[in-house]
Amino acid sequence: MAVLVVAEHDNASVKDATNKVVTAATAMGADVDVLVAGSNAGGAAAAAAKIDGVRKVLHADGATLAKQMAEPLEALIVPLMSGYDAVLFPASTTGKNAAPRVAAKLDVMQVSGVIGIEGADTFVRPIYAGNAIITVQDSQPKKVLVVQPTAFKAAGNGGSASVEATAAPAGPFKSAFVSEEMAKSDRPELTAAKRIVSGGRALGSSEEFHKVLEPLADKLGAAVGASRAAVDAGYAPNDYQVGQTGKVVAPELYVAIGISGAIQHLAGMKDSKVIVAINKDEDAPIFQVADYGLVADYKTAVPELMDELGKAGV
Amino acid sequence: MKVLVPVKRVLDYNLKVRVKPDGSGVDLSNLKMSINPFCEIAIEEAVRMKEGGGGHAKDSATEVVAVSIGPEQAQETLRNALAIGADRGILVKADGEVEPLAVAKILKGVIEAEKPDLVILGKQAIDDDNNATAQMLAALLDWPQATFASKVVLAGNKATVTREVDGGLQTIDVDLPAIISTDLRLNEPRYASLPNIMKAKKKPIDAKTPADYGVDTAPRLKVTKTAEPGKRQAGIKVKTTAELVGKLKEAGVI
Ligand SMILES: Cc1cc2nc3c(=O)[nH]c(=O)nc-3n(C[C@H](O)[C@H](O)[C@H](O)COP(=O)(O)OP(=O)(O)OC[C@H]3O[C@@H](n4cnc5c(N)ncnc54)[C@H](O)[C@@H]3O)c2cc1C
Ligand SMILES: Cc1cc2nc3c(=O)[nH]c(=O)nc-3n(C[C@H](O)[C@H](O)[C@H](O)COP(=O)(O)OP(=O)(O)OC[C@H]3O[C@@H](n4cnc5c(N)ncnc54)[C@H](O)[C@@H]3O)c2cc1C
Repeated sequence: MAVLVVAEHDNASVKDATNKVVTAATAMGADVDVLVAGSNAGGAAAAAAKIDGVRKVLHADGATLAKQMAEPLEALIVPLMSGYDAVLFPASTTGKNAAPRVAAKLDVMQVSGVIGIEGADTFVRPIYAGNAIITVQDSQPKKVLVVQPTAFKAAGNGGSASVEATAAPAGPFKSAFVSEEMAKSDRPELTAAKRIVSGGRALGSSEEFHKVLEPLADKLGAAVGASRAAVDAGYAPNDYQVGQTGKVVAPELYVAIGISGAIQHLAGMKDSKVIVAINKDEDAPIFQVADYGLVADYKTAVPELMDELGKAGV
Repeated sequence: MKVLVPVKRVLDYNLKVRVKPDGSGVDLSNLKMSINPFCEIAIEEAVRMKEGGGGHAKDSATEVVAVSIGPEQAQETLRNALAIGADRGILVKADGEVEPLAVAKILKGVIEAEKPDLVILGKQAIDDDNNATAQMLAALLDWPQATFASKVVLAGNKATVTREVDGGLQTIDVDLPAIISTDLRLNEPRYASLPNIMKAKKKPIDAKTPADYGVDTAPRLKVTKTAEPGKRQAGIKVKTTAELVGKLKEAGVI
């Protein structure tokens, strides 16, 4: 059996999510190839070739793939599937955008949000914001999976697979890239970060959000996240949102500040290794999942925490 | 321009689902069902295109049709959409589970009959969280798609859509007809007024079946087990930030 993993990458290098999806693919007991679809993506293809367990890298390069939009990805991947039993996408916005298009074209029902692989045809996924976990048997001849990278360990980078070129689709397509506004930050990416400091509605304003959370995040080498309430109120950009309908994260340390712990928020962070909650309401639901809860006003607790971290040499 | 909006009936977002003790599924009996929040945003956007608002000129949309695939009770979900301002509804009656692929095939049939210029869906239903139907429908129709929309600007034969993507915002143009799926920041749906709720009761709802569109809804995937998620060990409350830092050191995370 052969499985194609669609790489998450920025043309220059592959994201850690790719290594994690390779681990999921390997668990299916299959030969694993990685597809790098991009523009001037030689760097990413070379990086993908180093991932442990990869048989070969398919590298499709062209202007139509520059933004990895859904239509060209569909046009590229559907014909490749004659050589594969399954295709695995990471649960990034790029993967979630393209996977169902490929599935529908193959007349396949996809399995979304996969957090466990129990064999070549048996997959585990959460439903209802993670309040129920289902095991799904997929006996379709071709399978399309969207894999939650945080649920898998990253494969190492000690391999040396071959890289094979494959043609990029020509188009034309009915959708066109216009522009993008990407946050520039030296902090780690939310979904790959080992530590996350996350703020909620309590922060009250955009200035306060950044003034309080960023120094703490910098001290901890952490990424910054937010609840939906904080994003809706404009305190933080949309891609900071952690939760059922935002990003799913599983860092070693998650610090929730002024977040109540609604089920939709918990769905995105409750697999973190250690959870810290700072909230002035001792009955806030976040304390039910927190390993260490501090009932306090963040306005005094965060500066104190900065001092204590300093004293402890962090 | 005619706009079609598929709406799904789901467990109310305030409620927590229970797994049946025998692991055969989740227990939804006697629980409040509501319109999927993302579908509510989709209806609101379509109605703004009709009424004017949210950056849309009045009469950008001339008719808004809501469609739901589900049990008889999905009528209520359609009435909800009609109360927000949709003009009429279509209920495709299907009991039991209908996977996104089958939903998309049924919607394709509805679209071939209705010929809308734009279809707005929710990006995900908050029960199954598949985030799949819109994209599948776009592929089946060979239409362009703009998923996770936080802003939609209509201009002639195109829609310019700003999408919430990892890392920020992306803006794309799609040729109409097109599929759009809504993200949370697209708009804030109104509360339907009492007169509009009353008016909605008189708006027409057509009844259809999957067979009318030649679609077999037998599921492709078999759910073999439904389990409770693993529970986290209850933690402790610390009294001071100094104690907190001590604990984090012990745990080896700082
Ligand atoms: C369809 C849908 C999808 C959703 N998806 C998501 C999602 O993906 N992610 C998500 O996060 N939410 C999501 N939500 C929203 C969710 O239901 C909650 O509304 C949201 O998470 C609440 O955010 P919050 O905890 O910041 O705000 P609140 O619930 O208002 O909590 C603020 C907390 O701050 C505390 N506080 C106030 N002042 C202080 C202070 N000075 N010091 C310390 N603590 C203080 C309060 O005690 C309170 O507990 C979704 C909702 C819907 C309907
Ligand atoms: C593995 C698996 C297990 C399942 N188990 C169950 C189960 O135990 N019980 C059960 O009742 N069902 C079950 N279902 C099916 C379920 O009924 C959903 O209807 C179906 O999966 C749609 O997925 P979604 O709502 O997550 O789609 P999404 O792709 O997340 O929905 C996105 C959007 O598509 C539109 N849409 C989706 N469905 C409809 C609809 N029916 N009518 C109109 N518009 C719609 C809406 O605009 C919605 O916002 C299961 C499905 C799968 C794949």
